[in-house]
Amino acid sequence: MRIGVVTFPGSLDDRDAARAVRLAGGEAVALWHGDSDLSAVDAVVLPGGFSYGDYLRCGAIARFAPVMSSIVSRAEGGMPVLGICNGFQILCESHLLPGALTRNDHLHFICRDQRLVIESTDSDWTRDFEPGQEIVVPLKNGEGGYVADEQTLDQLEGDGLVIARYLEVNPNGSRRDIAGIRNARGNVVGLMPHPEHAVEALTGPTTDGLAFFTSVLTTALTSVVNA
Amino acid sequence: MSIDTVGNAERNPDQPQPFAELGLKPDEYQRIRDILGRRPTSSELAMYSVMWSEHCSYKSSKVHLRQFGDKKPETDTLLVGIGENAGVVDIGAGWAVTFKVESHNHPSFVEPYQGAATGVGGIVRDILSMGARPLAVMDPLRFGPADAADTKRVLPGIVAGVGGYGNCLGLPNIGGEIVFDESYAGNPLVNALCVGAMRHEDIHLASAKGVGNLVVLYGARTGGDGIGGVSVLASETFDADGPAKRPSVQVGDPFMEKLLIEATLEVLHAGLVEGIQDLGGAGISCATSELASNGEGGMHVWLDRVLLRDPTLSPEEILMSESQERMCAIVEPAKIDDFLALCKKWEVEAVVIGEVNASGRLTVEWHGEEIVNVPPRTVAHEGPVYERPYHRPEWMDALQADAPTADRITRPVTGAQLQETLLDLIASPNLASKAWVTSQYDRYVLGNTVLAQPEDSGMVRIDEETGLGVAISTDCNGRFAKLDPYTGAQLALAESYRNVSATGAVPLAVTNCLNFGSPEDPEVMWQFSEAVRGLADGCLQLGIPVTGGNVSFYNQTGDTPILPTPVVGVLGVIDDVDRRTPIAWGPDGELIYVLGDTRDEFGGSEWAHRKGHLGGMPPLVDLDRERLLSEVLVAGSRDGMLTAAHDVSDGGIAMTLVEMALRSGVGARMWLPDDADPFVYLFAESAGRAIVVIPRSEEMRFTEMCAARGLPAFRVGVVDSGLGADAGFDAATQVLQFGDLFTVHIEEVRALHESVLPALFG
Repeated sequence: MRIGVVTFPGSLDDRDAARAVRLAGGEAVALWHGDSDLSAVDAVVLPGGFSYGDYLRCGAIARFAPVMSSIVSRAEGGMPVLGICNGFQILCESHLLPGALTRNDHLHFICRDQRLVIESTDSDWTRDFEPGQEIVVPLKNGEGGYVADEQTLDQLEGDGLVIARYLEVNPNGSRRDIAGIRNARGNVVGLMPHPEHAVEALTGPTTDGLAFFTSVLTTALTSVVNA
Repeated sequence: MSIDTVGNAERNPDQPQPFAELGLKPDEYQRIRDILGRRPTSSELAMYSVMWSEHCSYKSSKVHLRQFGDKKPETDTLLVGIGENAGVVDIGAGWAVTFKVESHNHPSFVEPYQGAATGVGGIVRDILSMGARPLAVMDPLRFGPADAADTKRVLPGIVAGVGGYGNCLGLPNIGGEIVFDESYAGNPLVNALCVGAMRHEDIHLASAKGVGNLVVLYGARTGGDGIGGVSVLASETFDADGPAKRPSVQVGDPFMEKLLIEATLEVLHAGLVEGIQDLGGAGISCATSELASNGEGGMHVWLDRVLLRDPTLSPEEILMSESQERMCAIVEPAKIDDFLALCKKWEVEAVVIGEVNASGRLTVEWHGEEIVNVPPRTVAHEGPVYERPYHRPEWMDALQADAPTADRITRPVTGAQLQETLLDLIASPNLASKAWVTSQYDRYVLGNTVLAQPEDSGMVRIDEETGLGVAISTDCNGRFAKLDPYTGAQLALAESYRNVSATGAVPLAVTNCLNFGSPEDPEVMWQFSEAVRGLADGCLQLGIPVTGGNVSFYNQTGDTPILPTPVVGVLGVIDDVDRRTPIAWGPDGELIYVLGDTRDEFGGSEWAHRKGHLGGMPPLVDLDRERLLSEVLVAGSRDGMLTAAHDVSDGGIAMTLVEMALRSGVGARMWLPDDADPFVYLFAESAGRAIVVIPRSEEMRFTEMCAARGLPAFRVGVVDSGLGADAGFDAATQVLQFGDLFTVHIEEVRALHESVLPALFG
């Protein structure tokens, strides 16, 4: 399975995302922000970083990159897309996911090993988890506070679209401890913590993050079998 | 605006020039006139003034720094030595590593966020300009008392600046130091270290070779920031009125630096570059004169082609500007289109500003008029050299005689007093958890961080296939250096060397950042000369060369200099990072050993510091013992004999055990030798020691190795998670039991340890 990893100017975790894809058993394909051709990939990861310096507003400029128009239209057709951190911000700016990410409530950048609970396993990127499974992956952001209006938050919760919540500590003031959400179809997932940094025991706090990347491979296998 | 041309300088030889305001002494100004055979133009004066500043020319330190070359140990690991942007070390398998530490002290006092941020940016470009991909950064920081008003002003900004720049640049921050001492009040130290790796064939140097080759300036546009920063900021002492120099501090753009890294690595790997130099202190003046001086010796520059952020800048300002995120490359004319295309891909602006020639002169023109015509070596390499007078201060004898003996400072004796001493150290700003700071830094990005703070060293993987990696530590106890600069510098070296060894890496090379007061003070100059001598002798004895570094003088407020602070960074290599030794011990039953000898040594210790005392002699330094200890630690890691290892330094054995227990979360029981003075045994800061933790199955093999090599090893404890009930807590509570003297509750200690910095700065 070919999984594209997009590099925007200022992307930082693109190599890490590609490594995670490889360790999960996928083929990582480098995608360039200025190129609208998606090289026939089966899924896309928007990695963390500071695209375009995060100037103006996180993800606001990246949204207009040529690669994003192709990704938005393929995502609307059902292609799995995972946005991590800055990638989550870009998905919100692109209106593939509702809400926005704002400055951490304590105003500091924070890097910590974060405990999460996986709530929705009905997405292309969380299929390999058990509902209610607790995991620890790194979190690192300056603008990770998830916000949306009350009605949207109610709808996310009511429709089971919250894929992960912060446990023990809410590290950034996210509303209702939301760490990640999905769209109704389950192919688009945005996540503030960084599963790509928890794929090797040597460098990560755990290997809990790997299941996000194996999930999308499982999704592909299932769809092949069903076809 | 009238332009001072070379012709004008010849026609008006007696025009008064503001050389003193630019930091040049009258004899230095006269020397420029002698070199040129006329008065300099205002542009030439600008160039000489910045390049001959203390910061760029090392004019006060040069005569001492020569020892690092003269006493260089026999080594075949050094691929590029001192004098380039950074030294390069062979780590095997075709890989080379470059690393260096630099200061950004004065700008960080004036404008903490930007000063610290651009300190990170500058050292990263030094590493990049050697052809290496930057892999990680570390930041040794020093501040005044933690509760001082000015510390509250500068620390949060400096930490945010280090984090803001490094995080956005995508480099993991894997370690460093944070030290508080009265002497740094009003003069914080911000040192920044970067390490990078490359294949041997990718090493590049700063030289303008090849007549007809083009000089390309690329990266950010040139603006009015940092003008005169080098000469005015870094070479003058702050007076009591405080600086009114805010505009002199540069402003950083880490996003541009990230693009600059990627663009530079692409043009280097594509073989498009003959020579390369970063722009830091002294900006275009430095880059053009150094490139020309190292290459064919001649260069012509069209200064009006430089892309500007502010079109009103004068040529003098453009030459002196320290705008960040700029690089200068030497490119063959046939390759220039490819070079510019790759810059465009990364949205980095680039422009050809000059050409290499064989004239032996650096000439600069501005809209058709010649404004600079100088021999480049006189600017870059043949600046003034001073043999500053120095002498041992008269107060040294009294200081060294004032040892913190039992009759001078009351020592704790009972279990309760010893416990109170330990808790006081745990809650001291110097030994408290630094997590409030390090959690503001990204330590995960790039996915190769194997160890980071609070481990003994930072460690990164370089080769994912083989697990080849490097470990780095920076250390310095400035109090030791005050008590005896020669020994203090060697103790800094020894601690850093030990920290690298403790993780299982073999120490290979040394970088240093020598932070001192004014070189015009003969007592400071003596401290400096002694520290350099100690460090050079120590590196020779340990067999590891100094590959580069940085000197920062004038760190004083009024007449009071900072503690002499020779920060030493040691780099080690480990064949397989999977075998690294962490500081956290494993499960129940593992055995705790102290390696090395403990003596009644409290001069300059953290305990004495807490008592407001600084006097006596620093701990003895025995570099042969350090070498032996290092070999044992590395062998223990390589042969899988160690679960954990931790260097014993600040706060002694007691604090070292606390740090290991906090990292592990599991309790332990320790006992003291029958003949030991408990206070001395627990808190002395004797050098040459480490605590190691060994699975029972390896005990025989390990102790036999220590005995065969002659390294003292004492079994002092055992990991034990079942001590809670005995200590009067519930059975699951994890405690650290110090013989029958006292016990501490690990989670209570953790809460105390982690509460200190947030309470001060959160």
